[in-house]
Parts: sequence; C-alpha cells; structure tokens
Amino acid sequence: MPRLVSHPDEVKIVTSRFGMGAANIERYIELGGYASAKKCLEQGPDWIINEMKASNLRGRGGAGFPAGMKWSFVPKQSAKPKYVLVNGDESEPGTCKDHLIFLHDPHAVIEGTIIAGLAIGAKVGFIYLRGEYRYLLEIMEKAVADAYARGFLGKNIFGSDTEFQVITQTGAGAYEVGEESALMESLEGKRGVPRIKPPFPAVVGLYGGPTVINNAETIATVPHVIEMGAAAYAAVGSERNGGTRLFSISGHVERPGVYELPMGYNLKKMIYEVAGGIRGGRKLKAVVPGGSSTPVLLPEEIDIGMDFDQVGKAGSMLGSGGVVVIDDQTCIVEFALRTISFYQHESCGWCIPCREGTDWIKKSLTRFHAGFGEAKDIDNIQYLAENMMGRTFCPLGDAAAMPTLGFVKKFRKEFEDHLNGKPCPFAKHVDLAVV
Amino acid sequence: MTLFSPRLAARLDALVEKYPLRRSALVPMLLYAQDEIGYISDAAVAEVAQRIGITELDVRNVATYYSMLRFKPAGKYNVQVCTNISCMLRGGYEVYERFQQELGIGHKGVTPDGLFSLEEVECIGACCWAPAIQVNYDFHDELKPDLVPGILDGYRGKALAEGKAPHA
Repeated sequence: MPRLVSHPDEVKIVTSRFGMGAANIERYIELGGYASAKKCLEQGPDWIINEMKASNLRGRGGAGFPAGMKWSFVPKQSAKPKYVLVNGDESEPGTCKDHLIFLHDPHAVIEGTIIAGLAIGAKVGFIYLRGEYRYLLEIMEKAVADAYARGFLGKNIFGSDTEFQVITQTGAGAYEVGEESALMESLEGKRGVPRIKPPFPAVVGLYGGPTVINNAETIATVPHVIEMGAAAYAAVGSERNGGTRLFSISGHVERPGVYELPMGYNLKKMIYEVAGGIRGGRKLKAVVPGGSSTPVLLPEEIDIGMDFDQVGKAGSMLGSGGVVVIDDQTCIVEFALRTISFYQHESCGWCIPCREGTDWIKKSLTRFHAGFGEAKDIDNIQYLAENMMGRTFCPLGDAAAMPTLGFVKKFRKEFEDHLNGKPCPFAKHVDLAVV
Repeated sequence: MTLFSPRLAARLDALVEKYPLRRSALVPMLLYAQDEIGYISDAAVAEVAQRIGITELDVRNVATYYSMLRFKPAGKYNVQVCTNISCMLRGGYEVYERFQQELGIGHKGVTPDGLFSLEEVECIGACCWAPAIQVNYDFHDELKPDLVPGILDGYRGKALAEGKAPHA
C-alpha cells in the first residue's frame, strides 16, 4: 500500500478524504459526497461553467488550460452525442498522484465526471485508467457499480429525469495514450497515435462527438470547487492559478510523497521543509519540477512559486506536478540518457522528428556516457533536440526535446567532463541499452 | 467454441455491449485474454477478431502497439522492475540487478520452470514509493535489493499453495 504523508503546510482539499475509507460509498456520502453533483443538477450548466471559470481551476494533466473555459467550448447543440473523458493514464515519470486518488477517493472521480457531464450536456462519461493500474481499476469499477445501485448513475440520476452513464476503460501500456487525441484513439480500439488538430476534441472528439477531456486530478477537484464555492477555492491558490495541487515529490529527498499544497507554494520550501531536504545530508544538484518532460532547474533557480505562470517564467513548466529531486552524487548525462531512453521507447513513431530524434539522441548519449563521446556530439544532441521542437502532431516530441535541451545547456561542463575517455565520476549503470 | 474459460467468455460477451461501439472493447479484451492464457496467441487473435467483427490483421495492428501485450508466454509471475528516473535515483537498477542474479535471467527472460519472467519497465506510477516493481498486477514499493529473495519466496509459496489446492 503506497505510504501517505502529511505536512502542516498542506491544504487538504482533494486529499481531504484520503485514508478515511471513502472508497466505500456510504462513507463517501457521510463525508459530504455527492452533494455537489446534486447541487449542480439543480443549478444547471451555465451556473456550473461560471463557477468553474471563477475557480481558476487549471488542467492538472500538464498543460494548465482553464477547465471552465474548456467546458465552455463544447457546443450546446450537437447532432452527435457528447462525451466526458477522464484521463487516468497517468504515466509521466515522476507522477503518482492519480494513483492515490483512485485508491482513496474513487467516488470523487465519478462525482466530478457527473458534474462535467451536466455542464456540457453529455449523457456518457468514460474513466480511462492505465493498464498497470489494475487494482485501481477494480476499485473504480466497484465504486461505479455502487453509484449505479444508489441511483446516482443511470437513466434518472438522483431521481431526476437526467441520464448519465459512466464507463470504465483500461489501457494496456502506452505513455503516448496520455495525450488527449491518442487517448480517444485508444478508447476507440485503435493504436494510440495522435490526431491532427483542429478540429479540437470539444468540437470533434470521441466517436466524432464533442468531448471534454480532463485529467483525473482535475475531475476529482471539481466536486470540492462546488462544495467550497469558486471564490473560496480560487483564494487558496495564486493569481490565475486556483486552489491546490497534488505534488508528487520523489528522488533524493528525506520524505518523498504526494503532498497537497496551495498553487504558488515555494519550490525551495517544498524540497527542504515539506519533503525534509536532501537525503543523507547531501547537496542539491538539480530539480525536474513537473514530470520528466519539463526542463531541469538548477539549485539557484528554485526560489520560485509553483504555479503554471511562475514556473513558466523560470524557463520550465509546472507540468504534472512531479517534482524529481536530484542530489550531487548523480550523473546528469546518465539522467539525461535515462530520460531520453523513456521517450525513445514511448514514441509512437507517427511523426518522424520524434521517432528519429529520440532514437538518435539516445544513441548519442549512450555512446557519450560510455566514454566514447566527441566534442561535436554535445552540439549535435542539442541540434537534434532543437529540430524536434514544435515539429510533431502531439507534444511527445517536445516532451523529449525540452528536458534534453535543459540538460545540455545547463550542464554542458558535465558533458565536457565525459569527453576524451574520462570516466564518469558517478558511473553506476553504464549499460542502459536494454531499455 | 471459445478458447477461454466460461467465466471469461461471459465477461467478453458483456464487454462488447459496454461501449457505444463494439471496437472499444478491443484493448481490454486482449488484456483480459492475456491475463487468462498468458499471452496473445494466434488463436486468441482469431477469436478476438471474430468477437469484435474486425480482421485478424487489424487486431494485430492494434495489439502490437501496447507494451503490456505480449506474443509469447511469460512466467506465471511476471516481475516488472521500474528503472525510470525516480526509481533509478533510489536504487531501481540495484533492485533490477538483484532480480537478474536471483532468477538467473535478463530482460524478457523466463526461468526454466516457467515460474518467473523478468522485465525492465518504464514508469509504473509509484514514483514517491520508489524503487517499485509490479509482479503481474501487484505493486511492491520502497524496495531494497535485500528484499528481493523474500518477494520471490512469497510467490514460490503462493504457486506451491495453488498447486496443492483442490480447485486450482
């Protein structure tokens, strides 16, 4: 069972029911559950969308798009059925927050899905979990069955004449499917390759119908926004970044874990106070602030607020909120190699710059880290990464190129130190070729 | 005629009715079939194609995309060791090396008795409890190399108990 952590600076909104047995529907109701969905049913779609806009809740998957705005893009009238699609394909390395949401509070995901459905006028919502999360899928499926038995889902939800169905779905191993258009392809029983946009999913999405796609954390937050009121929720966070965020803090810290902190919380404080500082009294070398695809930050760059705008200003991204902390005994070349190996493995091969770029960067870095690098390789790696940026249908190409550029630019000296047959001072796992 | 147990066959019958389009059942159907028979065999491809109403080629085209689907048998217990960044930083490779030593196999290897297979895998979503592994669908987290023999013994015991059970 994944360990739960706690810190006095946390503001427990989304995690407020964690560890309280809320996977049980009776318990969830006792703790105030499904009241928000009932309220939304009474208030109607315009009210819901206005609340969501006022809450400043931004997409927790990584892009940070305002959720209320996204919902408002769905046309009111549609010849084709509309859908809600919850993205629980959580697979950005460094991120494990949805894991805990499905485990401890599955009904919050269902309730959020109902509310999203009411807002856009959809009758069906899908909850898609990555294939590795089988035990969590079973928890979700039990929760969905219990919600049907209670009449919270079905033809007449909460005794009204409104219909809403929830369908769960499992993936089968694919990072790329976390991208929204690839997710729809996968749910339609196809290879998870991205679609060209436009049209955007809000217009032509799943089965060709208008579709709202939100990250599981975003959806699980929705009932809390309704319960607290949009203004109170927005007030917790920073400017234009409403509420809290589930930060998955991993790597070389004393107390790794998923912490719920207000948007805009200081990154340095997060590492040194909340997560207990660097393990074994070592020194900080670098931080990947928002999952493996976000550019690395140096120790002198971490005195920043963790919200979409401030991390963006610092030259990186808040991404999925996966904070990976790296100590001074770590080889950045090896870290860069392990990162690109992942993207090379996960590239779906649809766009050539991504398919070829990840492969060549991996090859170059493998050779480089093994001690056979040449000076021109450093520039070549940078050149390859720069030429992947913005040249692919989906963001996976960028996700692979951005961290690579960060490592090469900010740790050029360490790359140079690997030249001329000099052994890596930190080398442990030279053979990464199997990945 | 079906390849699968009556229970799985009934589940797959229901699965195609679950979605607005039958084809949406394809990926879960392949995974559930693999859970029961160990891998996606030619016969499984044929039956899934027939159940969904698409060609075998189409089934293969989709199946080969997903990394959890495999086309030859794995061990009864498939050990998947994450070595991605968060696990790497906390000793994922050391755990992986220990599994290799204990089992005498490498990446995608199967032990001669067919009990275990080993795989180095990408992030499994347990980054804050690293290093982590999955054995089939079970998570084991906050591991150290010294915990490896105990984990393997646990599954050996489980296999033995199942072997003795009257309705295994």
